[in-house]
Amino acid sequence: MKVTVTVNGSQVAAEVADRTLLVHFLREQAGLTATNVGCDTSSCGACTVLLDGQSVKSCTVLAAQADGCAVQTVEGLASGPDEMHPVQRAFRAEHALQCGFCTPGMVMATVSLLAENASPTEEEVRSALEGNLCRCTGYHNIVRAVLAAASERRPS
Amino acid sequence: MSILGTRVVRTEDPRLLTVGGTYVDDLRLPELAGAARVAFVRSPVAHALITGIDVSAAREAPGVIAVLTAADLTDLGPPPPDDGSGGSEAAPLPLGGPWAEPLLAVDRVRYVGEAVAIVITDDRYQGEDTAELVSVDYEPLLAVVGADAALAGGMLLFPAAESNVAVTGGAPADGAAFGGCDVVVQRTIVNQRLAPVPLEGRAAAAQWADGRLTVWVSTQNAQISRFVLAGVLGLDPGAIRVVAPDVGGGFGAKVGIDRDALVVAWAAKHVGRAMSWTETRSENLVGMTHGRAQRQVVKIGGTRDGRILAYRLEIVQDAGAYPRMGGFLPFLTRLMAAGPYDIPHVEAASSVVVTNTTPIAAYRGAGRPEATAAIERAVDLFAAEIGMDPAEVRRINLVPPGKFPYSSPCGPVYDSGAYTEALDQVLAGAGYQELRAEQALRRERGDVLQLGIGLASYVEITAADAEGGETARLVVHGDGTATVYTGSSAHGQGHHTAWAMLVEAELGIEMANVTVIHGDTDLIPTGIGTYASRSLQLGGVAVHKAAVDVKEQARLIAADMLEASEADLELDTERGAWQVRGDPASSRTWAEVARHAGDDGLAAAVNYTEGQPTFPFGTHLALVEVDTETGKARLLRHVTVDDAGTVVSPVLAEGQRHGGIAQGVAQALLEEMVYDDAGNPLTSTLVDYAAITAAELPSFELLASETPAANPLGAKGIGEAGTIGAAPATQNAVIDAVSYLGVTHIDMPATPERIWAAISGARESQ
Repeated sequence: MKVTVTVNGSQVAAEVADRTLLVHFLREQAGLTATNVGCDTSSCGACTVLLDGQSVKSCTVLAAQADGCAVQTVEGLASGPDEMHPVQRAFRAEHALQCGFCTPGMVMATVSLLAENASPTEEEVRSALEGNLCRCTGYHNIVRAVLAAASERRPS
Repeated sequence: MSILGTRVVRTEDPRLLTVGGTYVDDLRLPELAGAARVAFVRSPVAHALITGIDVSAAREAPGVIAVLTAADLTDLGPPPPDDGSGGSEAAPLPLGGPWAEPLLAVDRVRYVGEAVAIVITDDRYQGEDTAELVSVDYEPLLAVVGADAALAGGMLLFPAAESNVAVTGGAPADGAAFGGCDVVVQRTIVNQRLAPVPLEGRAAAAQWADGRLTVWVSTQNAQISRFVLAGVLGLDPGAIRVVAPDVGGGFGAKVGIDRDALVVAWAAKHVGRAMSWTETRSENLVGMTHGRAQRQVVKIGGTRDGRILAYRLEIVQDAGAYPRMGGFLPFLTRLMAAGPYDIPHVEAASSVVVTNTTPIAAYRGAGRPEATAAIERAVDLFAAEIGMDPAEVRRINLVPPGKFPYSSPCGPVYDSGAYTEALDQVLAGAGYQELRAEQALRRERGDVLQLGIGLASYVEITAADAEGGETARLVVHGDGTATVYTGSSAHGQGHHTAWAMLVEAELGIEMANVTVIHGDTDLIPTGIGTYASRSLQLGGVAVHKAAVDVKEQARLIAADMLEASEADLELDTERGAWQVRGDPASSRTWAEVARHAGDDGLAAAVNYTEGQPTFPFGTHLALVEVDTETGKARLLRHVTVDDAGTVVSPVLAEGQRHGGIAQGVAQALLEEMVYDDAGNPLTSTLVDYAAITAAELPSFELLASETPAANPLGAKGIGEAGTIGAAPATQNAVIDAVSYLGVTHIDMPATPERIWAAISGARESQ
């Protein structure tokens, strides 16, 4: 079937098998490989992207379900090579990534969280990121980065 | 001021944060254009004879290029000669002889997940479909699950070996050792089986072209991978290039090259087509090696005033179905059995058994967390028996400051340490007395939520194979930039940042102008890679020494250029320029010096070896709250000293501690690979395997302590310390929370069910 998705502002149209998962559409058809697959049970969140502004695990969405929708991945966050998104900047400043495999999903989950709750507490951050596994950082610096990004975005 | 020891952010991160890393499955190289996909057919049963494999239906399926079984493995290299030693723990290598493991199952499967066949298809989804069409006839055998069944020997996994015990080692019990003790406590404890769960599972891609094999593999060790590939495939190492692209975590389970990746490499050559394989998480949880899996008996004795006089540790290591590194791990456990204590008599013995479960290999700590968990539990049991504060028992028995280097009765010589200081620092940092007072108050009030305070003091061994060394080559180019080629291998640790810091510190070439390259055997033919917390103290020192070498070469060249005596020259590391002492106007930049060096440029290669491992140490304190009605334990605080010598990058070192702590807490409270009696894994997805999340952890409280090692950077390893300390501290905290009810022990993971059962059991027996 033909699927057309606006990915990071650009239209991507492709003929794909009906069962094609959104994450594979992004990686193969759109050629955007930052979004990773970390499990097969919708448990790890490595594949988190924004679908019409809502965070979804793209391993659990069919490409067909995204037909006509807008998807944002981590590649679409920065406005330029030297202009990282505040969440990306905070992840770097706080050393919130090590191997980097969970990072694109973790960053997108964070963007979604801060869109819903601009001033989360530490407990709210931890609870909101429960569906995103990181095996390297112990989450310590991820939580710090999310709180730092939130405080940067808040008007003082 | 030197950049070393300062809080530098990572150079790796902008790429990882904006376009993502390039892991094996992300490779979009011309060599892999149109690469076929590999899917594995795996055994669904734990123990069975294979009486037939029918691949005919699979071969007819759409998109199928080939279906291959053990019968096709006719073009491998000759197997290494059997040295006749049978069981051996001389090295962390798989056992040969009767214990040898085939690349694909031949006539018998020994664990759920064992590779039986591969299907090669045009696309990913076709592979999963086609794997279902391979029909394998299994004649089930009784499954051997757990140490007791293995030791009973009623069913043998390897009949030719005539036993399920693959290796034994250590000292027999000395009956007199506990003779002088007022108190002796003995207890069986379980160090459960864990899954490493790197977020990127196993993955490999391979291409055979023009008589040369290129293998991209998610590994901690490209050069070791090449060595293993050469042996298995019967190829000259020069005919193989191994590339480790970005690697999404390893934690010991990606040491070397996994057998399934060897199959992929073989298939690419056999079929003559590039191919690529990325396992699913459900495959990963049964196909990637597991860690830990020891049953331990601890026996500890001493005087009523708190002096420990004797300790014995007996280990049964479950190696899983094939004795890979599992045959070696108890050696490390025995080596570190005495822990950080000055105990007159320590003995340890081990048996390694095979069972019908996933093979065991290294997982963050690899044998040392098991040693620490055993003695830290034993010390708390001893403290409880004599009614003394566990902190006080530790203080009495820790190796005192004046005794370093300290010869452990188990063999190693602990290089440097400040064990009692680490304990006192943690107690002060946590407010130990206040916590005890709060605990007493809650007990007095009969609160439902009770506090537990757990301690673990540890010493561990890092760079255990220090004599194996590590390589570095440093080149300063004519444009003033530098390139580091390191034999060490990063998969999240931040080597690219740390190595660039070392170059900037020594040469004054800014980090931004230093490129670090690792994990490509064409560019770096010799190297060992990353495991056993060896990177900084071997690979980092190699980079440092290469920089020192380059600096001395440059001094001569600059002296020539400035027509000055080399003794009068100095390097201004702030500007990255050479000058005659006190005369900045005479300056020569690195670019100028490198250009003057001629065609060969300015370069140095170092293979740095050390004679001795190093011994990091520390103390962890965990504060947990246990709901005595539901059995649920929650970690409230975790306070640690992890002294790994001089810190080059505090940011990276803290990151290693954080990640390690989380994995240790996960073992204490949540994670376990569970099998039923028939050898079926019950936790083979991330729905069932309780990988720890952000919601189950607090922020950690890290205290600083730096006791230098003897190497040029003063560094010890930091990669595994967090895990080693955190698991027993958290476990001890849970037990401490309910000890007033009469509970003396709860095995890991201390799940709500286990804690509730322990509370109920203790209340019933009162």
